[in-house]
Amino acid sequence: MTASDEAVSVRLGPVDQIPVGEGRAFLVGDEPVAVFRPRSGGLHALRAICPHRGGPLADGLLDGEVVMCPLHNHRFELASGACVSGGDVDDVAAYSADDDDGELVVSLVAP
Amino acid sequence: MTATLGTEQEAGTPEPDRAKLVVVGNGMSGARALEEILTRGGADRFDITVFGDEPYGNYNRILLSEVLANAAGAAVDNEDADGWDPDELFLNPTDWYAENGITLHAGVRIVRIDRHAKVVMGDDGSVTPYDTLVLATGSRSFFPPMDGMWASKTDLTPGVFGFRSLDDANAMLDHVAGARTAVVIGGGLLGLEAAAGLQAHGLAVHVVHPTEVLMNQQLEAGASKVLRSKLEDMGMHMHLGVKTSEILVTDGAVSGVRFTDGSDLDCDMVVVTAGIRPNIGLAMVSGLETQRAIVVDDRMRSVDDDDIFVVGECAQHRGEVYGVVGPLWEQAAVLADVITGADPDAAYHGSRLTTKLKVAGVDVAQMGVKTPERESDEFVQFSETGRGVYQTVIIRDGTLIGATLVGDVSKVAALTQAFDSRSALPEERVKLLFDLGSADDSASAADLPDDTQICNCNGVSKGDLVGCVHDGAETVSACMDATRAGKGCGSCKGLVREVVEAALGGAGAEDPAESYYVPGIPLDKPALMQEIRSQELKSVSAVFAALAPEGRDDVASKMGLTALLRMMWPEDYVDERDGRFINDRVHANIQRDGTFSVVPRMSGGVTSPDQLRRIADVADKHEIPMVKLTGGQRIDLLGVPKEKLQEVWADLEMPSGWAYGKSFRTVKTCVGTDFCRFGLGDSTRLGIDIEERFKGIEGPAKMKLAVSGCPRNCAESMVKDVGIVAVEGGRWQIYVGGAAGATIRKGDILATVDSHDEAVLITGRFLQYYREHANWLERTYDFVPRMGLDYLIGVIVDDVEGIAAELDERMQEAVDAYVDPWAADQQEATPGQFHDALPLIPLPQVPVRASEGAPA
Repeated sequence: MTASDEAVSVRLGPVDQIPVGEGRAFLVGDEPVAVFRPRSGGLHALRAICPHRGGPLADGLLDGEVVMCPLHNHRFELASGACVSGGDVDDVAAYSADDDDGELVVSLVAP
Repeated sequence: MTATLGTEQEAGTPEPDRAKLVVVGNGMSGARALEEILTRGGADRFDITVFGDEPYGNYNRILLSEVLANAAGAAVDNEDADGWDPDELFLNPTDWYAENGITLHAGVRIVRIDRHAKVVMGDDGSVTPYDTLVLATGSRSFFPPMDGMWASKTDLTPGVFGFRSLDDANAMLDHVAGARTAVVIGGGLLGLEAAAGLQAHGLAVHVVHPTEVLMNQQLEAGASKVLRSKLEDMGMHMHLGVKTSEILVTDGAVSGVRFTDGSDLDCDMVVVTAGIRPNIGLAMVSGLETQRAIVVDDRMRSVDDDDIFVVGECAQHRGEVYGVVGPLWEQAAVLADVITGADPDAAYHGSRLTTKLKVAGVDVAQMGVKTPERESDEFVQFSETGRGVYQTVIIRDGTLIGATLVGDVSKVAALTQAFDSRSALPEERVKLLFDLGSADDSASAADLPDDTQICNCNGVSKGDLVGCVHDGAETVSACMDATRAGKGCGSCKGLVREVVEAALGGAGAEDPAESYYVPGIPLDKPALMQEIRSQELKSVSAVFAALAPEGRDDVASKMGLTALLRMMWPEDYVDERDGRFINDRVHANIQRDGTFSVVPRMSGGVTSPDQLRRIADVADKHEIPMVKLTGGQRIDLLGVPKEKLQEVWADLEMPSGWAYGKSFRTVKTCVGTDFCRFGLGDSTRLGIDIEERFKGIEGPAKMKLAVSGCPRNCAESMVKDVGIVAVEGGRWQIYVGGAAGATIRKGDILATVDSHDEAVLITGRFLQYYREHANWLERTYDFVPRMGLDYLIGVIVDDVEGIAAELDERMQEAVDAYVDPWAADQQEATPGQFHDALPLIPLPQVPVRASEGAPA
C-alpha cells in the first residue's frame, strides 16, 4: 500500500513521551492507536484495542517482536499486528509510526 | 551441507575455526544427544560429524517389536494401537543431518581413538580430528555360549536371531513365512515382545527363561505369575526355571533346542534375548576406564578424559548402567548442557526408573523397588487372578518407593507422579490403587472421549490437543502454546501433559524449556541466580543482554525476571518499569474493561470507623462502580480508571494492600482470644504483625496467609500458603503449601512453635526459602510437595544446612527495603504512567452496582 495523501497522518509530539520499552495510547483522528517503543529500537503502531476482548494493548508488556495484551496474554507482532498466540484471535491493524527528528508521526496506513 | 553452512558463517563473521564435535554411535542416545546439542545452539558452535555403523539414519529401537508384529498384518497388541507407520520408525532421516549441517558417515565403524592426537580412526581408513568426542556406542545382544549357536566366527546359525537392530527384525521377518515353531531364549521384556510379535505371525511360541520369574528385572514373583498365566491363556508356552544347553542343527539350520535336563524341543527358529552387553571395546582399546560399561562422572564425561563424553547404554554412572530410554534422555540433556556451555555445571544424578509397557496385550507398569526391603516398609498388595490383575505399592516413611501394576494400570499416572515428586500420600494407602467411589478426573487420559474439555479456562478439548500432536507438535509446551490449554489458571497442566503424552505415544521429545525459570533464558532458577549474582546483573535488560540467546529480550520472561531481581537485589535493583506487568506499573489490578481495582491494606482484616468513613467518601467522590469485601478480609474499590488512581490513593490516605502482585497478599485472621470464647491464642495480633512485617514482599507467585485462634480454624489456615493455628498450651502450628483456589490442598505442618515471635520468624524463613527456590508462578501447593516436607522441615526448622540465619537476614533486608508504592508514585515514575490506554472508550464499562437491598 502506498501512503496516499488522504491517509490521516498526525504529529503527536515528542517521542520521549513514550518510555523506552513501553507503549502509550494516542488518538489519531477517531482511531485509538497504541505506539510502542521497544528497547531494540524503532517505533511501531497498532490499533489500541485487543481484538480478543477489548484489552488495552498500550498497557501490555513488549519485546523486540511482540506486544502481549495484559488481559489474556494474547500476543501480536509489533510490525504486522498478526496474532501469534493461537486460540483463533483476529490480527490487529498495524499502522505506520515514525520518529521525525524526535517527533512522533503516526499515519493510518500499513507500515 | 557442512561446508556451505561453514562458509556462510565465516563470510559473515570472521570467527576462528569452530570446534570439532564428533559423535560415535547413531542409535537413539547418540541422536538424542545431537538433538539436545542442536537445541542449545550447538550448530553455531561446532562442526559436527557423526559415525554410525548401521547404514541408516537413526531409528526408534523401541518400535522394533512393532516392526515385527505389524508386518504380520495381524491385530497387534502393542503400545500404539493405530499400527506401525514406517515413517515413525526413523527418528531422523538422512536429510535431517544435511539440514542441520551435520556430516553423517553411516556404515563406518570407529575402531580406535587416539586421545593424544585427538583423532578417531574408522574401519574405512579415515582419520577424523575432534575437540570434543561423544561416545554413544550403545549395546548389543548377548549370546550365551552354547553349541549350535554359531555357524562361523561371525555368523549365527541360520534360524538363530538376536533382536536388537532393524536388520535383526528384517531378517526375522524374512524367516517367519516358512517357520512354524519358535523358541525365545530369555523371558525378559525384549523376549516377551519378540514372542508376542512372532505369535502374531501365527507361530507356536515357546519362551525359555532360567528363573521362575518372567521379566525378573522389573517384576517380583506375584506379578510375574499373573503375567505368566495371562500369556499362557493367549497360547504362549512357558518353560521356566529351565536352561538351554544346546541349539540343535540339522542340515546347517536350526531344528530344535536341548535343555539342561536333557529333553529336546523341535523348532525352526530361535530368538536369543538373553540380555544386552554395552559396546565398550572401542573405549577399552583406547584406554578409557571401563567396568560393566564406560565409567562417567556426573557431567557424563569419561573419568579419564575431559574431552570425551559418554551417553546411553554404554555409560556406567555411579555403578548403574541403564537400558531403557528415560535415563538416556536425561543423560543426553546433561551432556548437551555441559558441551554447549548452556549450563556448564549441569549434573546427572541417576534416574528413578519407571517402566510402562504392554506385553502381548497385558499392561504392565513398574517403578522403584519391587518388594519391601525393610521391616518398616509398608506393603499394599492386591491380587485378582481371575481377571489377571495384580497390584502392589511399597511405602517407606510416607513416601512411595515402589509400585507394580499388572493387568490394570489406570492408576499409573497418579502413582508415577507420587513416585517422582515424592509427594504426600493418602492416609488410606489403598486409595493409591482404587478410587473408592470418588469421581476420578485423572482416569487414564488415553481413554477420555475427544470432546472432553481439558482446559476449562480456555475451552480446549482433548481432541484439540490430539489434533495438535497430529499436526506435528512434539512437546507438551508446543501443544499448550498452540491451543492455550493450561494458560489460564494452570490447574489442568497435569492433565494436559497426560493427554499430550498419550497422543505422542510416550514422553515425547524432552523439552528443555520446561526447566527454564522463564522461557526466554535457557537456565533453570539456580543456574540463573548464579549467573545473575556472579555477573552482577541488576536490571532486566542486563539479564537479557548477558544471558538470552543473541541477547534477545522476551516478553514472556520480563515479569519473572523483574520479580527475581527485586528479590535478589532488594537495595540496588535497577528498576526498569517496562519489565513490569501493568499491575505493577500502576500498583492496581487491571479489570476486564481496562479499569483497575484498588485494595488498601487492612492488616489482619481489622479496620476502624475512621477508615470506613474515608473509604465511603472516596467511593462517593469518585463514583466507584462497586465496593466489595474480598476473600482476604479487605475492601475492594472496583472500576477505577487509571488516570484517577493517584487521586484515589491520596484521598484514601491508606497504604497499598498489594492485591495485584505476585507478592505477599493478606493475612486472614479470626478474633482470637480478645473476643472469642474458644480462642487459645491471640490470632488477630499475630496476623497483623505478620502482615505489617511482610507486606508487599514479592515472590514467584502470590502468598496468602491466615492465622486462626483455635483448631476450629475459622480463618481457614489449612488451605493457605502459610496458615497458623493456635493450639492448647500457648503453641502455634504452622501449616504450609495449602490452597483452596484452582487447586485444593490441605497444608502440611511445617512446625509447631512456642511463641508469637517464633511463628513470625519461621513464617519469614519459609517465605524467604520459597522466594529463593520456587519456580516462577509456582505456588506453595506445588513447591512444598516438590521439595518434600521432610526436606523443608530439615532446612527451615532444624537448620540442617546451616542457612537459617542467612535466610532470616535476607528476609530482613527485603523488609527493610519496603516502600509503599502508592505514596512513592504520587509523582509519576515514567511519562504517562497513568495515561488512559483506551482513548475514546468511556470508562468504566463494567456495570455500576448499587448495594443490593439498600433502600432505593
